[in-house]
Amino acid sequence: MFFGLPIISVAIWLPILFGVLVLATGDDKNAPLARILAMVGSLLGFLVTIPLYTGFVRDTSEMQFVEMHSWISRFNIHYHLGVDGISVLFILLTSFFTPIVVLAGWQVIEKRVAQYMASFLIMSGIMIGVFAALDAVLFYVFWEAMLIPMFLIIGVWGGANRVYAAVKFFLYTLLGSLLMLVALIYLYNQTGGSFEILDFHQVVIPMSAQILIFIAFFFAFAVKVPMFPVHTWLPDAHVEAPTGGSVILAAIMLKVGAYGFLRFSMPIAPDASHHLAGVMIALSLIAVVYIGLVALTQTDMKKLVAYSSISHMGFVTLGFFIFNSNGMEGALLQMISHGFVSGALFLCIGVLYDRMHSRNIADYGGVANKMPVFAAFFMLFAMANSGLPGTSGFVGEFMVILGAVKANFWYAFAAASTLVFGAAYTLWMYKRVIFGAVANHHVSELTDLTLREKAIFAVLALTVLGMGLYPLPFSEILHVSVNDLLVHVARSKLPL
Amino acid sequence: MSMQNLYLLVPLAPLAGAIAAGLFGKQLGRAWSHRITIALVAVSFFASLAIFRDVQAGHMFNGPVYTWLTSGDASFQVGFLIDRLTVTMMLVVTFVSLMVHIYTIGYMQEDPGYQRFFSYISLFTFSMLMLVMANNFMQLFFGWEAVGLVSYLLIGFWYTRETAIYANLKAFLVNRVGDFGFLLGIGLVLMVFGTLDYAAVFANAASHVADIAPIPGMQVNLLTAICILLFIGAMGKSAQFPLHVWLPDSMEGPTPISALIHAATMVTAGIFMVARMSPMFELSDTALSFVMVIGAITALFMGFLGIIQNDIKRVVAYSTLSQLGYMTVALGASAYSVAIFHLMTHAFFKALLFLAAGSVIIAMHHDQDIRNMGGLKKYMPITWITSLIGSLALIGTPFFSGFYAKDSIIEAVEYSHLAGSGFAYFAVLAGVFVTAFYSFRMYFLVFHGEERFGKTEAHSHDAHHSSTSSGPAHDAHDDHASHDEHHGLAPGQKPHESPWVVTLPLVLLAIPSVVIGFIAIEPMLFGGYFRDAIYVSEAHLEAFKEIRDEFHGAAQMALHSFISIPFVFALAGVVTSWFFYMRRPDIPAAIQQRFRGIYTLLDNKYYFDRFNDWFFAGGARGTSRFLWKFGDIKLIDGVMVNGSAKLVGLFSGVLRHVQSGYIYHYAFSMIIGVFVLLSVRDLFE
Repeated sequence: MFFGLPIISVAIWLPILFGVLVLATGDDKNAPLARILAMVGSLLGFLVTIPLYTGFVRDTSEMQFVEMHSWISRFNIHYHLGVDGISVLFILLTSFFTPIVVLAGWQVIEKRVAQYMASFLIMSGIMIGVFAALDAVLFYVFWEAMLIPMFLIIGVWGGANRVYAAVKFFLYTLLGSLLMLVALIYLYNQTGGSFEILDFHQVVIPMSAQILIFIAFFFAFAVKVPMFPVHTWLPDAHVEAPTGGSVILAAIMLKVGAYGFLRFSMPIAPDASHHLAGVMIALSLIAVVYIGLVALTQTDMKKLVAYSSISHMGFVTLGFFIFNSNGMEGALLQMISHGFVSGALFLCIGVLYDRMHSRNIADYGGVANKMPVFAAFFMLFAMANSGLPGTSGFVGEFMVILGAVKANFWYAFAAASTLVFGAAYTLWMYKRVIFGAVANHHVSELTDLTLREKAIFAVLALTVLGMGLYPLPFSEILHVSVNDLLVHVARSKLPL
Repeated sequence: MSMQNLYLLVPLAPLAGAIAAGLFGKQLGRAWSHRITIALVAVSFFASLAIFRDVQAGHMFNGPVYTWLTSGDASFQVGFLIDRLTVTMMLVVTFVSLMVHIYTIGYMQEDPGYQRFFSYISLFTFSMLMLVMANNFMQLFFGWEAVGLVSYLLIGFWYTRETAIYANLKAFLVNRVGDFGFLLGIGLVLMVFGTLDYAAVFANAASHVADIAPIPGMQVNLLTAICILLFIGAMGKSAQFPLHVWLPDSMEGPTPISALIHAATMVTAGIFMVARMSPMFELSDTALSFVMVIGAITALFMGFLGIIQNDIKRVVAYSTLSQLGYMTVALGASAYSVAIFHLMTHAFFKALLFLAAGSVIIAMHHDQDIRNMGGLKKYMPITWITSLIGSLALIGTPFFSGFYAKDSIIEAVEYSHLAGSGFAYFAVLAGVFVTAFYSFRMYFLVFHGEERFGKTEAHSHDAHHSSTSSGPAHDAHDDHASHDEHHGLAPGQKPHESPWVVTLPLVLLAIPSVVIGFIAIEPMLFGGYFRDAIYVSEAHLEAFKEIRDEFHGAAQMALHSFISIPFVFALAGVVTSWFFYMRRPDIPAAIQQRFRGIYTLLDNKYYFDRFNDWFFAGGARGTSRFLWKFGDIKLIDGVMVNGSAKLVGLFSGVLRHVQSGYIYHYAFSMIIGVFVLLSVRDLFE
C-alpha cells in the first residue's frame, strides 16, 4: 500500500485499462488518438511503479506491497500480490519498456494501430502480474495470458514467415507450461489445499517427487529463458516479430523464465536443484559457448542478436545454479542489463529495417557515413553487449564469472570465453554493417535518426551507462532477498 | 582545493573535454573543441604536477571514491591509490597526452573527423588515468578495457578504410584473449582473498605462498596461477609474444594515436600492472621466469622484423614491440623500478619518434614508404634533429635517456638467477645490435642520402612483393596505396618543415628524451624513489645490490659504458646500417637474395597472422557454421522439434483411422475389447 493505493494492482490494471480504451478508438482513422492514449497509458503505467522502488524496504526479505483477496474460495485461490527484492526490479523493467515500444512503433506501425498499441499495454499489465503473483493459480493465469498478445503481435504485425514463427513460439511455450500445471496441482495437494507459492516453499517433499517437480518446472521455464536445447523458437520468433515485439520478447519475456527458477524450482525443490545443478550448469555453459559460436556466422542481424540473447541468458542460469551470492546477484543484474541492452539492439536493428527493409548484414556497409549519430549509439550498445566495463553489460557477467570461479575454475573458464566470442560476433556484425565505404545506393540514401529515435536511444544509453558506472542502486535492493533464498535453498526439504 | 578533489580532477578534466568535444563538437566548432580539450588536459597535467610535489613531500593516499557494488561479503569500490608509482605514470600520461593534443591540431587539420578525434584522445587520457590511479582490480579492469575501447575506436578512426577496420577488430579481439586470462586471474584473487582491494590483497599475499590453486585437475601454485593469468592480460595489452600480432596493424590509425596509445602509454599498461602487482609476482619464481622468457622472445624476435619493414610507422611499431619486450624482461628479473624507468624514458623518445614520423608523413603527402624518402634533413631541420635525438635515445647512446634504462635492464638480467635468464641475457644483448641497426637504417634512409621522393615510378610499389605475403589485410593495403591515401609528392615538389604546432611537441619531447635518464636514474633506481609502491623480495634484492654497488653516479655510468659490450653492439649496429644503406646499398639486396628463406619468414612476420587467420578466425567460423547448420537446424529443429511434430502427425494419422465415424467399426472394436478383457481376467484367475 502506498498512500492507500494498491500499487501493484494499479500497475497491472492501469495499462490493461488503457489498452481497452485504446482498442475502443476503433479503426485506423483514429490512429493519432490511439497513439496518444497509448503513450499516456504507458507513461502513467511507468510512473505508478516508481513507488515500488522508492518505497521498497531494503532490509527485509518479506513480501512487500502485499494485496490479498479471496478469489475462488472453493479451491482456496487468492488474488495475492506482492514483491520482494527478486521481483521488484523486473516490474520496473517492464513498465519502463512499455513507453519505449509505444514510441518505437509510433510511425512505423500504420495498420491496426489501436490493436498494436493495445497489445503492448495489455501485455505490460500481464507481465507485471507474472512477477507479482503470489498465488500459483493467479501466476498461471498471467503466465498463459502473456502468450496471447505476443502471439498476436508476431502473427499480425510480423514478417513473411510469421505464422510458422508464431505457432512455433506458441506450441513450444504452451507445452512447457502444461507440465508446470501438473506440478502446481501436485503441490496443492501436498500443502493440504493451498495455492500460496510461499506455502509451496515450506512443504516437505521426497527426492523422487522433487526431481519430477523440478523437471516439470524446468520445461516451463527453460523454454522461456530459453536454455539449450529448447531455444530454437527464439531466433525464429525474433526474426518474424515486429521491432516492438522483439524488444519486449528479449527485454522482459525471457526474464520471466529465469524468474520462475528463483520463485518456484529452487525454493520448492532445493534438493533436486542441488542434485541437478550439474546438468543445469552444463546446459548454461553450452548456451554460452555453443550459442556464442553459432551467433558468429549468422547472416541476419536479428538472428544474431537473438542468439546473443540466448548466450547471455546462459550467464543467468549459470549464476543461479552455482549457489553463491556473487553468482545469483550477478545473474539478476545480468537479467536487468540484458533487458536494456538487447532491447536497445533490437531497436537499432529496427531503425535500419524501417529504412532499408532488410535485416541482412550483407545488404549493409558504411552506414556510419550516412548515420553518424546512429552509429555512435549502436557502438555503445554493441560494446555493452560485448560486456565492456562501464556499461551495464559488464556488471552481471563480471559477477557471474567471479562467482563461477568460486564454484569451479573451469566453469568460469568456459563462461569467460564470452569475452572473446561476445566481442567477436557483436563487433564483426558492427564492422560489416556500420564501418566501411558506402556499400550501395540504398545505404547512400539513408537518413540519420529522427528526434523521436534519438530520444529513445538517449534514454537507453543513459540507463546502460548509469547502471555500468553505478550499479549499486540496482544491487542493494536484491541483497536480503537473495541471501534469504540462498539460505533457504541450502536447507534440505526431504522428509526426515 | 583539498588533495582528494585534486585527485578527482586529474581524470575528470579530460573526461569533461571528451564529452564536450564528442557531444557538442558540431556546436563548438573545430577551434573551440581543441582549445577546450587541450586546456582540460593541461589542467590534468598541472594537477598531476601538484600531486607529484605532494607525494614527494610524503603524502600518499589510498581510499575509495564511491562504492560501485556490493555482493555477498565483497564490496567493490572505485578508488584511488596515489603513490610514487601512480604519480610517475600520471605525469607521463598527461604530459605525452598534452603533447599529442597540441600536435593533433597540425596533423589532423584537414580531417572531417577533427572534433571526434579530440574527443577520443581525451577519453583515452581519462581511461588511462583511471587505470593507473586505481586502488583495486575492478577499476583496473575498467581502465584496462576502456583504453582498449578507445584504441579500437582510434585504430578504426578512418572507418571507410578496409585495412583500418580489419586492424581495429583484430586489436580488440586479441586484447580480449588477454583479458580472458586477466579476468580469471581477478576471479582467483577474489576467491582467495575475499577482496579486490590492492592493499588488502598484497598484505595477505605472503600467507598464501605455498597454497595450491583451486583449479580442479591441476597442481599449480596459487600465486603462480594468479600471476600468470594476470600476465596473460598484460601480454595482450603490452603486445607480448604471441599476442603481439595486433600492434603492427594498429598503425592504420592516425599517427598521433600511434604515439600516444601504441607507443607511450596504453601498451605500457601491462608493464605498469606487473610492477603494481610486484608483491604477488615476487612470491612466484615460476611466474617471473615465464614473464622474463616471454619478454626476451618479444625483445629479440620483434626487433628482427623491424629490419625489413619499409613503412616508416611499422619500423617504429616493431621497435616498440621490441622495447616492450625489454621492459617485460626487466619485470621478470624483479627489476620493476628499472622497467618503469624504461617505460618513462621510452614514452618520451618513442612518442617523439612517432610524432617525427608523422611530421615526415605530412611532408611526404602521406607516402609512408622510406624507400621513397631520403635527404630530408635539408628540408625539415627540426624534424631531422629531433628524430636523431630520438634514435640516439632509443639505441642507448651514453648520456641519453634510453641508455640508462637499457643498460640497467641488461645488468639486472645478467645478475638474475631465474630459469631462462641466460636466454634473456643473450636476447637483450643481441637486441642492442638489432635495435641500433634498424633504427639507423630508417634514419639514414629518411634523412640522408639521395632524394628519392617526387619520382612517379616510386609509386609502382614494386617490392609490395607477392601479394600472398600476409593475407587480406595486406592486399587491401596495397589497393589503397595505389589509390587515394598514400599519394606522395608530385615530381619536382619539395617537402616542407611542418608548422609549429607539430614541431613544438617534437622539441618538448626531445628535451626529456635527452636528459630524463641522467636526472632520474639515481633517485628512481637507487634512491628508493618508489618506496613501498614496489616490493622486491630479499632473495631477488641480492642481485640488485651488486648493480647498486657498481653505480657511482649517472655521469660515471655513461663514461664507463664506452668500454662495455652493449655500447660496442650499438655502435656496430649504427656503423653496419650506415655502411649498408649509405655506402653499399647492393649488400642488403644481395643478402636478401642470398637468404631468401629467412627473408620470406621475416616478411611474413613468422607466419603468425596467416596462422591466426586460418586457425582461429577460420576455425571459429567453420565451427560456427557447423554447429548452426548441423546442431541447431538439423538436430534440434529437424529431428527434435519438427520430428516430434511429425510423430504427432503420424500418431494422429493412425488414430484417425480408428475414428471412422461408422457405428459398426465402433461396435466391432467394443466387442473385441470386451473379449480381450475377459480373456485377460481368465488368465489371471
